[in-house]
Amino acid sequence: MEHAIVEHAPALEHAARELGRIAVTHVSWLWLIPVFPAVGAFVNAVIGWKLQKVLGKRAVHYIAVGAMIASFVTACVAFARLLQLPAEQRFLQDTLWNLLTAGRLSVNLGFALDPLSMTMVLIITGIGALIHVFSIGYMADEPSYWRFFSYLNLFVFAMLLLVMGDNFAMMFFGWEGVGLASYLLIAFWYTDPEKAAAGMKAFVVNRFGDFGFLAGLLLLFWGLGGAWAPDQGALPDYRPVPALNAVAGAVTAEQADALAPRVEEIKLGPTMNFRELRDQIVVEKTGVAEHLAHQEIWGVSLLALIGMLLFVGAMGKSAQIPLYVWLPDAMAGPTPVSALIHAATMVTAGVYMVARLNFVYALSPSAMGWVALIGALTALFAASIGFFQYDIKKVLAYSTVSQLGFMFIGVGVGAYWAGTYHLLTHAFFKATLFLGSGSVILGCHHEQDMRKMGGLARYMPITRWTYLLACMAIAGFPWMNGFYSKDEILWKAFTSGHLALFGTPTPWLGPVIYAIGIVAATGTAFYMYRSYYMTFTGEYRGGAGHHDEHNEDPHSATATAMSHTSVLVHASDGAVHADGSDLGHGAPAHGAHGHVPAAAAHAVPDDAHAGGHGHGATPHESPWTITFVLATLALGSFVTLFLGIPKAWSGVEPVLERWLSPALSAEVSFVEKPHELELLFQAIGVGIAFVGWFAARALFKDARSEVPTRFRERFSALWTLVYNKYYVDELYAAVILRPTIGIARLASRFDGTVIDGLVNLAGAIGRFLGWIDAKIDQYVVDGAVNAVASATIGFGRAIRHVQTGRIQTYLYGALGGALVVVLLNFLIS
Amino acid sequence: MVQVSLAHFLVVGALLFSFGMVTVATRRNAVGVLMGVELILNGANVNFVAFNHYVVGGVSGQVFALFVIVLAAAEAAVGLAIVLAIFQTFKTIDVRFADLMRE
Repeated sequence: MEHAIVEHAPALEHAARELGRIAVTHVSWLWLIPVFPAVGAFVNAVIGWKLQKVLGKRAVHYIAVGAMIASFVTACVAFARLLQLPAEQRFLQDTLWNLLTAGRLSVNLGFALDPLSMTMVLIITGIGALIHVFSIGYMADEPSYWRFFSYLNLFVFAMLLLVMGDNFAMMFFGWEGVGLASYLLIAFWYTDPEKAAAGMKAFVVNRFGDFGFLAGLLLLFWGLGGAWAPDQGALPDYRPVPALNAVAGAVTAEQADALAPRVEEIKLGPTMNFRELRDQIVVEKTGVAEHLAHQEIWGVSLLALIGMLLFVGAMGKSAQIPLYVWLPDAMAGPTPVSALIHAATMVTAGVYMVARLNFVYALSPSAMGWVALIGALTALFAASIGFFQYDIKKVLAYSTVSQLGFMFIGVGVGAYWAGTYHLLTHAFFKATLFLGSGSVILGCHHEQDMRKMGGLARYMPITRWTYLLACMAIAGFPWMNGFYSKDEILWKAFTSGHLALFGTPTPWLGPVIYAIGIVAATGTAFYMYRSYYMTFTGEYRGGAGHHDEHNEDPHSATATAMSHTSVLVHASDGAVHADGSDLGHGAPAHGAHGHVPAAAAHAVPDDAHAGGHGHGATPHESPWTITFVLATLALGSFVTLFLGIPKAWSGVEPVLERWLSPALSAEVSFVEKPHELELLFQAIGVGIAFVGWFAARALFKDARSEVPTRFRERFSALWTLVYNKYYVDELYAAVILRPTIGIARLASRFDGTVIDGLVNLAGAIGRFLGWIDAKIDQYVVDGAVNAVASATIGFGRAIRHVQTGRIQTYLYGALGGALVVVLLNFLIS
Repeated sequence: MVQVSLAHFLVVGALLFSFGMVTVATRRNAVGVLMGVELILNGANVNFVAFNHYVVGGVSGQVFALFVIVLAAAEAAVGLAIVLAIFQTFKTIDVRFADLMRE
């Protein structure tokens, strides 16, 4: 399988941080990791419906979950292989074949695992596998079960391409692939126009981001190769040769390789490959970093522009201001999808990309400042919206947006490992929260409104405890993982003195971001505990006649669709579970039998429910596939804290930082501050978590406090503003959508009148010419032909009278002829 | 006294031929046409005999004339048979109606 180590780093061991080439270990089985889910997706897509019909749903999820487990196991093998290697040489490469070669550009279908992508792969396959298991219970009533699992596997495949691809082309392919899977899964229940629209919204908003991503990518490519000038910043070793720009005749990868100029065996010039890019930027001798730093476009530093544009791509994928609007709407998808795609993995793709390109961002303080600032603003902004939401999934959605903001603060200020660590911890606790909310939604018969929950702690103990643990993690208590990542990020933000905005150094930006982050973190603790108390404490408020408040819900369309089913279902209060079986409920199943009068449906339980379970008003704990996953993830949220024990405590760098450091080679300097200050800041971090917790506890525990209601009445304007998400959607509708549609209409009208007019004119001219041609044909050509014919006919008709058939007439002829001959005879002679 | 010379005979022959030709060309009655043919043949006979007498000598011209008379008899027999056939076909012997050759 494995044809061992080939290349070696040049022996440069003097620096504190080795800055040579990455030593590559070639292996030949990395492709298996993404292929398993691809096969699973393919099988379920093609024959899934048949399998489901013939062998039952079990066959479908065996395939899907089996693919995930196989992928996870392979990833673990790769992880073990990486651990065997010396820390600085942890880089597995598996190049399958050459995708395209054009001039100096050569793109391979290749996979690479370094500590960063390995971390991502473990998160994706590990948490992905758990969420697949969760889906078994959650989607049990879903008729198109196979479609769901096929999409889910497709997503994992695309996500693995995104993180494992060793070049931008593969990453972009995965980037779009996860967008597609996200779209398919958000609009999974596509018969509901609202959900279909949410899918489209996610897709379209991401297009804006992708535009930035592509533009940044192309600028980077151009900057590396296009604009080299002799002696401009390049070291004497490096003389740009024409071949660098040349599109000259390379058709194979080897030829393209041979064209590349090299410094110390490092390929220079435009490349799509992350490792080559990293090598030529990081190794100082190449002069590439210096060269890039001096380039400007229209007076703007090229690197800042690249960083900002790439971050626009991250804004779309990772739901940052101003492109975050799709993520809350994406909650229309099934809850496992929200957990896997819209919390744990896909939305972190932007963070991953920034961390992956750390060496590019590190060159541009402006780009970093920009990333960190946007992250901080998003963290605060989204947290504030989370205060007043009633839909449990919306709370979590805004919480996700907010946490992604924290990650961007981390990668923005240069604490790449901290951002990645928060990505990891967030994947655990947010997956727990989302799946917990899924369990709650399931237990409450597809009720998502927290006002109709309450008191669930009694009915759903496992869900309650895991949810509480995850709340502690996200709020930042030191006994769960969230504290360590969030605190590291905020501390690093505070000590970063190198940030800049638009080329102006702004040493004050770090503390400002810290302040914003602390406020956002307080809000986080508050709204998460609010959701916990509203959901799990007090009395159960579900049951009949509770849909009256939906009319004021900004998400009313979704909510109404939900309440429509729930009203019918809950109308028969007091009906008990037919057999107490713990099968899940898929919304379409409800839709199907929701129209049956509820009494009838419950009188004949076997009628509508193949599984033979009815609905009562009492919530119930979810099946073991769900609680097992919740418990595992909650445990993970605890265990992963050991990856990030801060240096201030233990004296050594955190495990994860050491693990990631070979991949995150960018050197960012932080201001040295005393240990005591760091400890103080950590105390502040814990303190604000308590503040948020106690505030939420005072206001929402057991739904006793009147304050929230009074607050709402007193500050109804503010409340409405925040409740309606600051009317950002409406703003976009007015500022972007309407003009766009207006332009589209204008263009349509232009098309309808001018373009169509021109086309019609051309058509009319053509028709006129054709008409003339037809006439010429009809009268001139046909006329000539007919004239010849009729002349022949007329002539024939004329001379046929000569042939009378009478001998005597012929005789006249003969006589006449003879006479002529005689006369001529006389005349001539 | 006018000496009868070759020219006189030739004039008589020519007249006979002309009359015969006119008869053949103008008569509607098929029998009349046959009679015209006889006139033509006899006009030729006069020429044979006259040329034999005035120019060549011997008897070859007379013999030729006899052949022509025999031939005319045979021709009359065939011609009359054709006339009978025409009559049977057209119920008339008017040659104007015997125009099937036009077809």
